[in-house]
Amino acid sequence: MVKDQEYLNNIASQTIEYSKKLGATDVNVEVVHSISETVNLRNKQLDESNRSDSFAIGITTYINKKKSTISSSNLSKDNIKILTERCIETAKITPDDEFNSLPDKELMAKNFESLDLYDEFHVPNNKKIDILKEAEEAASKETKIINTETDFTENKSNFVLANSNGFINGYKTSNFNISCVAVAKKDSQMERDYDFTTKRHFSDLINPKNIGESAAANTIKKLDPKKIKSEKIGIVFDKKISKGILNVLSSAISAGAISRGTSFLKNKIGEEIFPKSLNVIDNPKIKKGLGSKNFDSEGVETNNLKLIENGVLKSYLVDTYYGKKLNLKSNGRCGGTSNLYFENGSIPFEKLLKSSKKNLYITETIGHGTNLVTGDYSVGANGFMVENGEFIYPVSEITIAGNFKEIFKNITLANDLEFKYSTNAPTLLVEGMIVAGR
Amino acid sequence: MSNFFKNSDLDNTKAERIVSDTLNNCDDGELYLENSKSESILLDDNKIKNSSYSSDLGYGFRAITGEVVAYSHSNDISKDSILKSSENLKDTLKSKKGTYNHEIPKSNKKYYEDLNPIEEKSQNSKIKILNDVNNYIRSKGDIVSQVTASFLGEHKEIEIIRSNSEVLKDVRPLVRFNVSVVLEKNGKKETGVYGIGGRQSYDEYLKNENWKHVCDEAFRIANVNLKSKPAPAGEMKVVLGPGWPAILIHEAIGHGLEGDFNRKKTSAFHNLMGQRVASEGVTIVDDGTLNLRRGSLTIDDEGTPTENTVLIENGILKNFMQDRLNARLMNTKSTGSGRRESYKHVVLPRMRNTMMLSGKYSQDEMIRSVDKGIFAVSFGGGQVDITSGKFVFNCTEAYEINNGKIGSPIKGATLIGDGPSILKEVSMVGNDMKLDPGIGTCGKAGQGVPVGVAQPSILINKMTVGGTQL
Repeated sequence: MVKDQEYLNNIASQTIEYSKKLGATDVNVEVVHSISETVNLRNKQLDESNRSDSFAIGITTYINKKKSTISSSNLSKDNIKILTERCIETAKITPDDEFNSLPDKELMAKNFESLDLYDEFHVPNNKKIDILKEAEEAASKETKIINTETDFTENKSNFVLANSNGFINGYKTSNFNISCVAVAKKDSQMERDYDFTTKRHFSDLINPKNIGESAAANTIKKLDPKKIKSEKIGIVFDKKISKGILNVLSSAISAGAISRGTSFLKNKIGEEIFPKSLNVIDNPKIKKGLGSKNFDSEGVETNNLKLIENGVLKSYLVDTYYGKKLNLKSNGRCGGTSNLYFENGSIPFEKLLKSSKKNLYITETIGHGTNLVTGDYSVGANGFMVENGEFIYPVSEITIAGNFKEIFKNITLANDLEFKYSTNAPTLLVEGMIVAGR
Repeated sequence: MSNFFKNSDLDNTKAERIVSDTLNNCDDGELYLENSKSESILLDDNKIKNSSYSSDLGYGFRAITGEVVAYSHSNDISKDSILKSSENLKDTLKSKKGTYNHEIPKSNKKYYEDLNPIEEKSQNSKIKILNDVNNYIRSKGDIVSQVTASFLGEHKEIEIIRSNSEVLKDVRPLVRFNVSVVLEKNGKKETGVYGIGGRQSYDEYLKNENWKHVCDEAFRIANVNLKSKPAPAGEMKVVLGPGWPAILIHEAIGHGLEGDFNRKKTSAFHNLMGQRVASEGVTIVDDGTLNLRRGSLTIDDEGTPTENTVLIENGILKNFMQDRLNARLMNTKSTGSGRRESYKHVVLPRMRNTMMLSGKYSQDEMIRSVDKGIFAVSFGGGQVDITSGKFVFNCTEAYEINNGKIGSPIKGATLIGDGPSILKEVSMVGNDMKLDPGIGTCGKAGQGVPVGVAQPSILINKMTVGGTQL
């Protein structure tokens, strides 16, 4: 069982009290306890079981405008005392920074809705194994599948966030995850792909049989890929990766990147950076949402935020420190977005595929080829050649490249948005990107 | 060396008894204890932005029988907690019976000193250097729009208790010093990053104002990129510079030669042992024994002394990298490659310092031999799909080559290739092998571990360059 609120509250309160006694003018403390149990199967046999029971404490002490941070996994009283002393000694010799401070009191969260993020239900390991066997049975039906690996992870976590202005709150969350990876072989060529389901509540998980079947189907489709010629072509991003475009947006509009001058979207507030029909929303209050929260990592209230409205950039993601620097109020995005998504598009998937005679459908990108300073983008990719809306053959060992300033402006969304991750986008088409191949 | 049971109701003898009792009927396993301290001091935007310290203490208890691994970890080092883990392990393996393998090689060699880099240098002197770095780079002119510099230090003590009271220990220092510069000129912005580090005290890397060299490199790379033009798209010849570009070796073939993927036959290399996988003249080793290097280890995280493992000799595949589990299942010996990020993670076979050894050509000869291609000097990160063998890495400093001459710098682009075939495309191996500056971290299955790479300049006949110019 994860520790209850009272246990975590006590540690947080004592730490704040002790820090103040040692001369801290402000203090912020977070205490977390999480228990995670994972079972892995390989080719229908138990491969690994893993139980993790871990505590974490993070302490930030301020002495006026000086600040220092300490974290530890050891919650013993003695250790917390030693660490607090060290934290304060370090803060004393750290230079002043005028923007260091706790969040403004009036911005702190006051409404604590129940977001239904915790499921008490415990899945014993033998039941986990049964569920995974079902997924692997389904995945290994096809003879081309030569290896299957599955895992079931159950996470339970509780936390408390407290500061010396009197804020103290936290709540339990849970996560259940089933994933299946399959390897398919034809002659000496092998491919690997996967599917998974992650939910806050056990009963919402997708049937393991479906996960296994789709992992196998995804993998077999990739066999015998071709490398295509370099060309300029429309690229359709599968839902597995289309959300990546929103991750680039959120990194580029974080107050930190803006204030440091290291974002290609600096000074773009009020400008049309996407097509007029597009809206991007960050909604923290979705019940059972994988990214849902009542407040950000500083305790600031998080509300629904329309980041892009009719294609226009409406706001940055603002925390306290960089907010003060940019003269903006925190909008509760310290630590990033919550449930971020493109509002659904209007074109059916099949129609999007047919938008041109020939499109390249990408299911996976590899590498870290995004440059946030310039917006330049170049990554390895694989997927399928699509002609007249039909999948013709798999494609691999190519790269796709462009610049996000243009990519954003050339997006068309399909109408198949679903909430599988914390950041979600429908299938989308980007016209005019460059593919490098043969 | 800390006493892991100091504040608990256990002592070494009692803990050893629990370990022996738990692992009696298993093939292998251990209680791994870890006490790590780390610090990070960051200067950004003209200020000391962050000064943080972290201390982590815990254990990971592992039992293995056959192919099944049972693992339980916690940061509560107490009799109750360890007994609970023991029950958990026994329960997972209850239907299996193994024979404990007591054999573990011994060595007295050490590749780094028992020192704590965090405590060795005062906070004030670290802050002073970061401020000096900021002033030094900003004095280079108005084009400097951002400077970020950081110290990362770590001190990790580990103790491994195996069945029958066999105890193995190691103390591992690790530091890294990093500088990142953003330059702005005529509305164009570009970044340059450089860093150094390894397993000794900060001052060994900073002395003789060596930090200025790190600043100069970061500035130089950003400055080169300011003049860059869009990169070409398509297949062409690629000359790689010496040192850090060896992450190509790490991604393209290193991961594919790790024991686990080959035991499971999911690596593109699994049936190529003894066969030609690279051009003649290509020799690649994975060495854990280089003094003071970032990827070196006195013992691995299972207690096996590390070694210099020959992976590819003159083009022929000779060995995989093994931890104890995969070695046992493949009827071979551990190569001292069993690593874990921390006590929270299971052991996996991993790389240490992966190196391609020198050949006979000069870099000049390579460049002169290329009509049209690119010369890649510095890279960001890379990634590989072990099963299909496809890998990528990102250039952060590269130039076009035209008619045997180095031309203008080109924008960062991703290069993609096929692991099992790329080394057969190596047509010249340089005589200028160089180690990387000590900055690599390798990720696998969500675990990051420090690694090193090295290589001479090499010429690759054909690779796909992911630019935008058709």
